[in-house]
Amino acid sequence: MADSDIAPILTTRHEEAMGFFQRMVSKGLGWARKYSLFTYPYATACCGMEYMSVAASRHDISRFGAEFPRFSPRQADLLMVVGTINLKQAPILKRVYEQMCEPKWVVAFGVCASSGGFYDNYAVLQGIDRIIPVDVYIPGCPPRPEQVLDGLMMLQEKIGSQVHRIADRGQPNATAAHHERMLSAGK
Amino acid sequence: MSIFALDRVTAQFPEAVAERYVDRAGGAWAVIHADWLPKVAAFLKNDPELNFKLFGSADAVDRLHLAENDPRFEVVYFLYSLTRHEHVRLKVRVSESKAELPSLAPLYRGADWWERFVWDFYGIRFTGHPDLRRILLYEEFQGHPLRKDYALRDRQPLIPERPIKDIFRGPGTSGIA
Repeated sequence: MADSDIAPILTTRHEEAMGFFQRMVSKGLGWARKYSLFTYPYATACCGMEYMSVAASRHDISRFGAEFPRFSPRQADLLMVVGTINLKQAPILKRVYEQMCEPKWVVAFGVCASSGGFYDNYAVLQGIDRIIPVDVYIPGCPPRPEQVLDGLMMLQEKIGSQVHRIADRGQPNATAAHHERMLSAGK
Repeated sequence: MSIFALDRVTAQFPEAVAERYVDRAGGAWAVIHADWLPKVAAFLKNDPELNFKLFGSADAVDRLHLAENDPRFEVVYFLYSLTRHEHVRLKVRVSESKAELPSLAPLYRGADWWERFVWDFYGIRFTGHPDLRRILLYEEFQGHPLRKDYALRDRQPLIPERPIKDIFRGPGTSGIA
């Protein structure tokens, strides 16, 4: 049966129905994903102390659904880059990012991860967005735990508004696709 | 107060000591000729009265932009005596054309990594060192970044980076081509 055999009106109804169903699924998946973030804390510097404070009982990041730090990138879907990344470490960070399964998100925790901070010298990567896509930047040296929670809530908002599919093959996430475009444009 | 130890060194090796002075903080220094360094260090370590058994640290100074800059480098050594409870401060001047010193690593195990550090960041070779590799930077790195003529933002990334040009960070050469 060729495509032309189907009456246009029926096609529209079919797409409409599918679209409605997909939006429902997307919303449901988004809701589930944003409240069950498994964090991989890539802690390299003093911001790590602040990360511990966020994770500990007073500020308690688990109230926001990011309960469980996983120390294997394969089990995590949120990469938190906590601290200064120098050029020797950049390939390691990139590999950790590549080892994570889709869907995945990245938070640059603190000013060093976001832009290199005051380490404007021969050794330090000037922001992790030069090598991996970043969804949320949290400023501060180090950021207050409240700022981190604010950043996490921003990320959750972002995840909630993204399109989610059950089978995500061939659908790279928008942030990563943008990053790839910028990287190839720079060559 | 390591005046006593330095007096002993001066008495033992009169031709090894180029200069003696006391710095602003009251620390006594001796400037040693490079050839004599292993002998002086061995004497400080093994003399039962001095007993400088602990290698505190070693570092270098690039005097390129200072008024007095010939020879260009100074390598400084801090040794500590656990019985006398004091440091001794030695200094060796090294020229740029022959940036080379006899290693103290065969004498002090603790000197091993410090000399690798000085090699890594200042490019001063230590002859007789068992394993003179970079200690902190990666092997692909070209040059020695704590030399004053190393460009401030000369970054040598290992993987391709997305060029971001919109951040102005004050004067100095940019790492972005």
